[in-house]
Amino acid sequence: MTLVLPQPTTPGAFSAALGKVGEFTRQQPLGAVSFVIIFVMMFAGIFCELVAPYDPLTIDFAAILAPPSIDHWCGTDAYGRDIFSRLIYGSRTALVIGFTSSFVGSSLGATLGIASAYFGGRIDSWIQRFMDVLLAFPLIVLALVVVAALRSFVVGGVDMNLILAIAIPIIPRVARVVRAAALGVRVMPYVDAARAAGYSNSRIIFRHMAPNVVAPYLIMLTAFIAQAILAEASLSFLGLGVVEPKAAWGLMLSGNAADFYREAPWMILFPGAAISLAVFAFNLFGDALRDYLDPRFKV
Amino acid sequence: MLRYTIRRVLLTIPTLLGVAVLVFFMLRIVPGDVIEVKLRADGGNVSQEVVDAERKRFGLDKPLVNQFADWMVGMAKLDFGTSMWTERPVIEEISLRLQLSLQVAIMATLIAVFIAIPLGTTAALFRDTWLDYAVRIITIGGLSIPSFWFGMLIMLSLLALFNWLPPITFTPIYVDPIANLTQLIWPALAVGYRYCAVVARMIRSSLLEVLNEDYIRTARAKGVFEKLVVSRHALRNALLPAITVIGLEFTFLIGGLVVTEQVFNLNGIGQLFVQSVSRNDFMLIQGMVMLIAAFYVFVNLAIDLLYAVFDPRIRYS
Repeated sequence: MTLVLPQPTTPGAFSAALGKVGEFTRQQPLGAVSFVIIFVMMFAGIFCELVAPYDPLTIDFAAILAPPSIDHWCGTDAYGRDIFSRLIYGSRTALVIGFTSSFVGSSLGATLGIASAYFGGRIDSWIQRFMDVLLAFPLIVLALVVVAALRSFVVGGVDMNLILAIAIPIIPRVARVVRAAALGVRVMPYVDAARAAGYSNSRIIFRHMAPNVVAPYLIMLTAFIAQAILAEASLSFLGLGVVEPKAAWGLMLSGNAADFYREAPWMILFPGAAISLAVFAFNLFGDALRDYLDPRFKV
Repeated sequence: MLRYTIRRVLLTIPTLLGVAVLVFFMLRIVPGDVIEVKLRADGGNVSQEVVDAERKRFGLDKPLVNQFADWMVGMAKLDFGTSMWTERPVIEEISLRLQLSLQVAIMATLIAVFIAIPLGTTAALFRDTWLDYAVRIITIGGLSIPSFWFGMLIMLSLLALFNWLPPITFTPIYVDPIANLTQLIWPALAVGYRYCAVVARMIRSSLLEVLNEDYIRTARAKGVFEKLVVSRHALRNALLPAITVIGLEFTFLIGGLVVTEQVFNLNGIGQLFVQSVSRNDFMLIQGMVMLIAAFYVFVNLAIDLLYAVFDPRIRYS
């Protein structure tokens, strides 16, 4: 006896999306692999409490600097905290800060870029001058200046100072790319039609132009998640980002970790590998997304 | 060309002015300054009068606009003020450490460029073969592995293989080249990897683009040896965008050094920057940001002028 499933006569939104995913996987196998890594990381980050074998903050004096074993997969640190559990909780920190700051930075950058292209003239050149100023700072230097300016500023357990510090350097870099794309959209007849119909500027920017620059926006967004995770790790490593006892990958490498090169190399190996893997996955996914969404860039 | 040059040089002034305004006011939006870090950091019980007197000594009690004007007037006279922590001139603090950082940066550049050119060229010529994939994985690794962790890995492997760690005290290269190199080659490698990856990717993509041009087909059609087609016709044209990236990344090396110097315990610009940020040493932060921004702006200017020399279309637009 066979079970007959009711077949939808027209492909629904879900199977259409599934088809797109299948097409993406076929065209970009590396992108699909990186997506799996990202998915595992997101799963671990969302369900930390269920996935992690230990509490990341529990100090266990009986197991200080224990090497990797069946009990502690990645060993323990100088306070006897389980490194594997701290890595899992660290993925939450990295993803929250990485994703939020990239989203805030890319969205503000895209809005400025489109506005710049739409208005043109004096507004365009003012915005461009301002972006030039922001671009004169290397990413980590600007982030450090913002951290210096904001000091610690934590809202609801999330480090807002860190998110802003990483988002601000992203703005000009996205604005530049999106502006270039939006200049092409600006001359389209439908923008003139919308203006002739008397729509407000903000409506034209968000409803008519923004949907047409989604491709570069998404590409920049994923690429900058990688940069943001790297920046968060660097700032935490310098002791100017996430602070103890919260679990963050960069923080796990800083301070006393370096004193244990000889005794406990696992304290250095695993967190760094986690950062690299996460950044690698987002970089690769960003590349694949670019090739998939915009074949013109494919070289 | 002269008109273009003048216009382009004048354009750097508003950018640098913007950087100065931005960094000056950004540091001062939120209350808290170096005096507080200095006197009250350890929970020290210091009376308000003492704090006020210290603020007055550093001119922090004046209105912001006056402070800014003082700073700008000073800079116009090439006086960048004094560090609010060590109370030594900012110029002196920076130049003490610039030698070390600059040497690491230059060595990293040399390493990066010498590895990146063959790497990028091979990847482009053997596109979509295992060689290309290998190069792509190596370069994506370079973009993903944080330079400070790579530095730590280098230290770990030196320790495991030779039971040796690089010296911590800095010896100038003209005093003892070997002692100097054994210390600085490792941080140069650590930051050079990312740099190399960026340049190699740029060379690969621009070479692929150039290889599609008509003049390459022409050269092949008239029977030029493939080796010459690549080295004379293609690579030469592909290097121009690569030079841009080399120039821009060089300034961004400072950013990489900020973190990597910490790992190798090098007393360079990067460590100074981190120190002055955690001490709220406004004058020193401002001075260093201006230095880095000026450097970036002038590298950009040089690249633009170079392009204008090579590509006449830019001059006349």
